[in-house]
Amino acid sequence: MKLGKQTYKFERKPIIISGFGVAGPKEGEGNLKDYFDKILEDDRLGEKSYEKAESEMHYFAILSAIKKAGLEVNQIDCMMAGDLLNQIVSSTFSARELEIPYLGLYNACSTFSESLLLASFLISSGNMKYITCSTSSHFSSAERLYRYPLELGTQMTPTAQWTVTGSGCCVLSSSGEGVAIDSATIGKVVDYDITDTNNMGAAMAPACADTIKTHLLETGRNADYYDAIITGDLGIFGSQMLEELLQSDGIDISSRHRDCGKMIFRESQKVKMGGSGAGCSSLVFSTYFLKQFEEGEIKKALFLPTGALMSKDSSLQGETIPAISHAISLIKE
Amino acid sequence: MDIFLRYLQVFAVGGFVCLLGQLLINLTKMTSARILVTFLLIGCLLEAVGIFEPIEKFAGAGITVPIIGFGSNLVKGALKGFSEKGVLGILLGGLQAASAGVSSAILFGFLMAIIFKSRTKT
Amino acid sequence: MIDKQEYAKLVKEKSPKSREIKTLFFAFLIGGFICCIGEAVGDITKLIIPEVGKVTEGQITSCVMIFLGSLLTGIGIYDKIGKVAGAGSIVPITGFANSIVSPAMEYNREGVVLGVMSRMFVVAGPIIVSGVLASIFVGLVYWIISLF
Repeated sequence: MKLGKQTYKFERKPIIISGFGVAGPKEGEGNLKDYFDKILEDDRLGEKSYEKAESEMHYFAILSAIKKAGLEVNQIDCMMAGDLLNQIVSSTFSARELEIPYLGLYNACSTFSESLLLASFLISSGNMKYITCSTSSHFSSAERLYRYPLELGTQMTPTAQWTVTGSGCCVLSSSGEGVAIDSATIGKVVDYDITDTNNMGAAMAPACADTIKTHLLETGRNADYYDAIITGDLGIFGSQMLEELLQSDGIDISSRHRDCGKMIFRESQKVKMGGSGAGCSSLVFSTYFLKQFEEGEIKKALFLPTGALMSKDSSLQGETIPAISHAISLIKE
Repeated sequence: MDIFLRYLQVFAVGGFVCLLGQLLINLTKMTSARILVTFLLIGCLLEAVGIFEPIEKFAGAGITVPIIGFGSNLVKGALKGFSEKGVLGILLGGLQAASAGVSSAILFGFLMAIIFKSRTKT
Repeated sequence: MIDKQEYAKLVKEKSPKSREIKTLFFAFLIGGFICCIGEAVGDITKLIIPEVGKVTEGQITSCVMIFLGSLLTGIGIYDKIGKVAGAGSIVPITGFANSIVSPAMEYNREGVVLGVMSRMFVVAGPIIVSGVLASIFVGLVYWIISLF
C-alpha cells in the first residue's frame, strides 16, 4: 500500500529469517567482534588479489546465510547483491559460483537497503518466497579504486573514514520466524554541495535527514515510535550533522540514533570518523542488530544505510557529491 | 663542532621546508601529488631567479633533498643547455640534469614492483 | 530544514580539525632527519671517492635516497612513516620515490606492461611533466632576454 509519495507499507510482511556476517581482521578487533559470525585471519583469503578476496568473502556470507536459514541454494528465488567495485564485480563473481537468479544493484554504501527494499516488494507481491540480500566492501580494493595506492605515504584527513572489510547477508522469506519488514521509504538523491570526498558523513547526512523526515511524515509516526534509528556509515561527524539537521526541524533522534560506522571500530584503532563502505551496514545489521532484535533489546527500528553516489572522475570534474538513503522499517512482534 | 653546525643547518632548513608543506596540507587539504608539484615549481623558481645557490651553500642537503632540489636541477640543466648549445639546449638540458633521479626512480620502482606486492593496512 | 548555504557554514565550523601543532612538529622533525641522511650520504661519498665533483656527488645522493625511499616502500614501511610525518616524508626526494613505487606495486597484479609500467606514473607523472615544462619555460625566458 502506498503511503504518500515515497513510502510503501507491506500487506504481506517479508521476514528476515537469517543473517550472516563476515568481518576482516581489523573489524574483528573492534567493538563488535563478539557478534560477527566469522572473522577472517587473512583479508586476502589466500587469493591473488583483494578483488578476488572480496568476492570470496561475499560468496561465503551468502552461502552461510542460506545454510543458517536451513535452506538449500536451489530454493533461493533470487539473490540481490551489490558492492563498491567497478561494475560490481565482487557480487557478480559470487553469483557466478552460486548460480542463483541474480539482480546486481548499485547505490554505493546504501545498496544493502536498496536490496532489502526491492526484495520486500518481490516477496509481498507473492511472486517469490526466498531472496538473499547482501553487500560487501574491502578496504584494500576500495582504497586503490577511490583513493591512493596502499603503500603511498599519506595521512588520513580528520574527517576521513575507514572502509570496512566485510560482508553481510540476510535471507528474506515470505513466512517464518524473525524480524518483519513493515514498510519502506525510497529515498531521493539529495545534494547539499559538499565536494570534499574525505568528508562523506557530511555529504550523506542531508539525504538521510530528508528520508527520515519523509518517512515519519508519510507514516504519521513520531521518532519515538522507534526504539532505534540505525544509520549505515555516517561516522562520528556525519551523525552529529544528521542530528543537527533534524533538530532544526524539531525532530530529536539523539537518544535513539545508532550508526554502524561509528560503532564498529574502537577509538584506539585510528580510523578518524569511523567505518564506511557497503559492507559496513550489512555486516553490523546482519550480526549485531539482528541479535538485538532476537534478545528483545529492540522491537521497532528504522534502518537507513547511506550512500554517496560520486565517482573518482566526477569529483575531479568538480561535481558535488550526490547522496541517497532508503529507510527500512523493521518490527519484531 | 663545524660538522655539527652544518648538520644542524641541514636539519633546520630541511625541516622548515617540510613544515611549510604540512602547513599547506593542513590549510588546503592538498593531496601529496599537488604538494610535490608545488614544491618542485618553487625549486624551479628559486633556481630561475638565482636564489637557490646561496640557500644550497648554507643548507646543503636541507634544500637539495626536498623535491625543490629536483626542480632546481631541471632548470639548471635547461639553462646550461641553452648556454652551451643554444635554443635546442633548452630542450636537451633539463632531463639530462635530472636523469639520475628519473632513471633511478624508474629502475628501483620497477624492481620493487616485481619483487613486492602491496599489503593491506590496519 | 537548514538550507545549503547554512549547511556549508555549519559543516565548516563543526568539522574536526587537524591537530596543527603535532602534525607540524613531526613534519619538521622527520623531514629534517631525512635531509640529514642525504647530507650524510654526500659526506660518505666524498670519503670513498675524494675526487668526486659537486655535481656527481649530488647525483649519487639522489640515487641513494631514491633507492632508500623505494626499498622502504617495497617492504611496506614508508607509508607508516608517512602516517606520522605527513609532508615530512612527502616533500623529500624519498617521497617522490614513494609516489612512483607505490602505484607500480599496487598494480603488479594487472600485469607487467599494463599494470606496473603503465601505472608507475599515475601519481608522479604531474611532477615530471610540470618540472620539464617549467625548465623549458625558464630556458625560453632566458633566451628571449638574451635577444635584447
